[in-house]
Amino acid sequence: MSAQRLVEQFETLEKQDHAARLAMWMFLGSETLLFGALFASYGYYRGMYPSGFVQALHHNSVALGTTNTVVLITSSFTVALGVHFIRENKARLAAGLLALSTAFGAVFLVVKGFEYAHHIHENALPAGMYSFVDQPPAGVVLGYTLYWFMTALHGLHVIAGMIMLAVVAVLCWKGRYGTHRYVAVENVGLYWHLVDVVWIFLWPLFYLTD
Amino acid sequence: MSQATIDADAKPESLGVGADHPDYLRADSGLRSWLLTKDHKRIALMFYVGVILFLGLGGVFALVLRTELLTPEQTFIDANTYNQMFTLHGITMVWLFMIPAIPTVFGNFVLPIMLGAKDLAFPRINLASFYVYVLSAIILLGAMLAGGADTGWTFYVPYSTTSPTAVTWMGIGIFVNGISSIMTSVNFIVTTHTMRAKGMSWHRMPLFVWASYATSIIILFATPVLGMSLVLIALDHALGLTLFNPRYGGDPVLFQHLFWFYSHPAVYIMILPAFGVISEVVCSFSHNKPASYRAIAYSSLGIAFIGFFTWGHHMFVAGLSEFDAGVFGALSMFVGIFSAIKVFTWVATLRGGSISFATPMLYFLWFLFLFVFGGMTGVAVATQSLDVHWHDTYFVVAHFHFIMVGGTLTSFLAGAHYWFPKMFGRLYDERVGLLTSVAVFIGFVFTFLPQFLLGNGGMPRRYFTYPERYQWLNVLSTGGAWLLGAGLILALGNLLVALKWGKRAGPNPWGSRSFEWITASPPSKHNFEETPEIERSAYEYTLSEEVARERAKAR
Amino acid sequence: MNELLRRILFLPRQASTIAEEIDKLHYFVIIITMGGALLVTLIGGWFLFRYRRTAVQKDPSRRMPEATPAIWLEAVVVVGLFGMFILWWVIGFWQFMAIRVPPENALEIYVTGKQWMWKFAYPQGANSIATLYVPAGRPVKLILTSRDVIHSFFVPDFRLKQDVLPGRLTTLWFEAKEPGRHDILCTEYCGVSHSTMRGEVIALAPEEYERWLQGKSPAPAVAGPVDLRPSSVTDYAPPELVSMVRQGERAAAEHGCLRCHTLDGTPHLGPTWAGLYGTTIRLEDGGSVKVDEAYITESMMDPLARIHAGYQRIMPSYLGQIRPAETSAIIELMKSLRDVRPKPGAQAPWGTVTVPETREGGQ
Repeated sequence: MSAQRLVEQFETLEKQDHAARLAMWMFLGSETLLFGALFASYGYYRGMYPSGFVQALHHNSVALGTTNTVVLITSSFTVALGVHFIRENKARLAAGLLALSTAFGAVFLVVKGFEYAHHIHENALPAGMYSFVDQPPAGVVLGYTLYWFMTALHGLHVIAGMIMLAVVAVLCWKGRYGTHRYVAVENVGLYWHLVDVVWIFLWPLFYLTD
Repeated sequence: MSQATIDADAKPESLGVGADHPDYLRADSGLRSWLLTKDHKRIALMFYVGVILFLGLGGVFALVLRTELLTPEQTFIDANTYNQMFTLHGITMVWLFMIPAIPTVFGNFVLPIMLGAKDLAFPRINLASFYVYVLSAIILLGAMLAGGADTGWTFYVPYSTTSPTAVTWMGIGIFVNGISSIMTSVNFIVTTHTMRAKGMSWHRMPLFVWASYATSIIILFATPVLGMSLVLIALDHALGLTLFNPRYGGDPVLFQHLFWFYSHPAVYIMILPAFGVISEVVCSFSHNKPASYRAIAYSSLGIAFIGFFTWGHHMFVAGLSEFDAGVFGALSMFVGIFSAIKVFTWVATLRGGSISFATPMLYFLWFLFLFVFGGMTGVAVATQSLDVHWHDTYFVVAHFHFIMVGGTLTSFLAGAHYWFPKMFGRLYDERVGLLTSVAVFIGFVFTFLPQFLLGNGGMPRRYFTYPERYQWLNVLSTGGAWLLGAGLILALGNLLVALKWGKRAGPNPWGSRSFEWITASPPSKHNFEETPEIERSAYEYTLSEEVARERAKAR
Repeated sequence: MNELLRRILFLPRQASTIAEEIDKLHYFVIIITMGGALLVTLIGGWFLFRYRRTAVQKDPSRRMPEATPAIWLEAVVVVGLFGMFILWWVIGFWQFMAIRVPPENALEIYVTGKQWMWKFAYPQGANSIATLYVPAGRPVKLILTSRDVIHSFFVPDFRLKQDVLPGRLTTLWFEAKEPGRHDILCTEYCGVSHSTMRGEVIALAPEEYERWLQGKSPAPAVAGPVDLRPSSVTDYAPPELVSMVRQGERAAAEHGCLRCHTLDGTPHLGPTWAGLYGTTIRLEDGGSVKVDEAYITESMMDPLARIHAGYQRIMPSYLGQIRPAETSAIIELMKSLRDVRPKPGAQAPWGTVTVPETREGGQ
């Protein structure tokens, strides 16, 4: 089984697994900089318009944001457990935990969806469409545009992560992964942790510091 | 002349192509075997075709521009077409030629062989990278046909968000292109870490690998920032969702920060692989170990690192604070130092060597002049008070063309000649090669040296019409551009002729000690019949040919 | 020496107080750059020749594969080079600070850039377009902003440049050494007519500047392309009484109308004025309108209200910028052109763009 999955360009499975893990870390580094550009913009504009940002973010519901934080942290925990159990060859249990994490991801998106719907209802929209208050002072619109951009980009990552989690959950269930083979599960787990970490930065920036 | 260029030691032995081990070109046949190949060498060749096509396209745009500038008023195209041309020239050359050129062609081809590996770590990602590149090229070409872009390759807001052209699609195309770059660079980094042959320590690797490694790191961390800023531009252009619009308190200068955070390191993405090629060429043709291996290897990393902290020198007159300008100016000087270390090391490598004066070596000589001059003018434009006058004039245009064309393109040509026998198993005509090299150099000097003077005189870049006093220098520059174009076509022709009619090359026509030369030319599908064992560095010219071969066993 | 190097390097005149100093650093840097590049190339070339394989095979003593490179030499060169770079940086930064920090007593003038013209507002209430009048021998501080996209205010003779940003104020100061005229070029790409967004600085003797502020002399608009213009301010023709049509031409030039509209029927960015008056044109939204006084005035004040079909929505509003007398003068000018036959194809916009020969002046 394990010899079969060694592709021809590698000498040993250890090297092959090491390569896969290293590649994932490199990719995550790259992803970080993708968000980094937006975090840098946030810092730049918040420095320029401190009060405008506070006014814009005051509108966000701390309760919903915090709920989502708890949901995501829990999902990260279940993912970590899933990775742990697949290493111990408990594939069905791991599959269940990964599926549960996917469900947590869905809960997160539903809550976020409610928030978005509320914003849309109140015309708290990005950029030129923002008309929650007439003649918003400079910075309010920027703060809200950044909020939309950053949470939407994060949302896309949540969706991507959920798809990956669902796929590995199914494959775990089918017995493709186990002690002999679990790098893919680990990598998906890593990706999900990144999604979680990004949110842990977004949460204070958009919910707690108004 | 041509005799002197072939190493006396190299025996014109058979191609190493046995009946059971055909070379990679003949290993499989049929279109399918190419389009779905996972062989890094075939993917490299497909990239080769792609980047050459786009070099040609970008070159045509350049010639249109130069021809238009023959007269101070309109010559044969209108202002709108002219603005489109310089934008498309920049986009094509930067993203479709310059950034992928050396890594995806020569890097893809020789990097795994240099490491003694059968392939890159992720052959399928490598193939995907090619198709993503093709996709980005299709998007960009489509955008060129459906409205083009007239923003300049820098996409400065707010002009880019109000321009009536296909800015959205350009942004998307470049974003997709960035994905391709990232895929290739992840592959290179992982391959270098995990797939070195037995005995290949980091300090035995050929210097080209170090350069590719440093380049990959820059691509990995800089490209996403550009991707994000261009997505913001595209969204703004398409939907009016803007972060940079002054009407809402946005700051156009922030875009410049984000753009140059990528695009200044992008300059090193374009030039570091060229340094790698030059290091290989210098050592191989002078039969000498590099004067200081570590100086060359580590200065690449130094440039990669410091390159992330110099972007502000593009913005001295853009409204940056004096303090920031001072810091960015000082940091920029370090890049000059790292580059100087490399240049001195190459020159010192020549000393005491046994130099065969082949075409790649002549390109190296041009590189030496053009890169040192271009690089020093880089330090000059990083000097704040001088930059105030030079910023956005033809001086800057001349400066970066000295680096990009004089540095990267000449190295690309040097690499194209140097690795030609390895890639295709044949030798090009050395006399024609030398001649075209001279034509390229003269054409280049005539094109870009006058532009320094134009910049001194105050002619701004991206000018469709210009005051009459600049005309004679523009005419010189245009003449040079045509000569440069002719030289490039001749060089291409020479290589194409050699493809079919060139003399057969042995595995190691240059007598190099670098590891890609220990396998057959062209290599077999899996590069080596058995995994090589390496007991020496890539530059052991003190060892005799036999001993060197013994200590890097393959086949 | 200064003059010789300046001419060799194709540098323009040194018309501001800081220009000569900057040029001296320029000479220093460029000579070292050129010299360094040549030196490295010559050494490289010499090695290529001396250690060529045929020679080394004849004389194997030249071959030194084991030679350790002189690390100390390299260290000395690198450290020396670094010292020089730092020296450049110190001088450059010091000069940069001098450029950036205006003196206390500087005269303040507001500059607005827009596609594709410069507008200058003086504290005494006067204003001008494309031509900036300043007193010589006195520091002038420009406060710049843009109405639309980023422009850059560049005066090569002064060695000065500053980006002009929308939503932000930037500053630039200079002191013209003596009376004279100097090109203003836009150096940040700003659209189709970027290269014609030029203007000029006219440095006047202080007393003449005072007179100009009071609207007496010299004439606000001057004929002839920049290269052919008289070189001293005193060559200006005195103001004269002129016809409405002449005044219209002058106003059209001064307000930048001729950057987009032509008088002879040549196609350009805006509809040509030749033969336009009195015709009925198609509108962008499908209707049509007769070109009369009302429509022309509306087009000047609210240009986007009814756009001539086939033209870009690029014209800025002149509401509050153009005096009523100028409006009527421009209408008179257009009336005078009603019988000029447009060149074939002139009604099609974007055919070929030509730049009007005169940028500021009348014919």
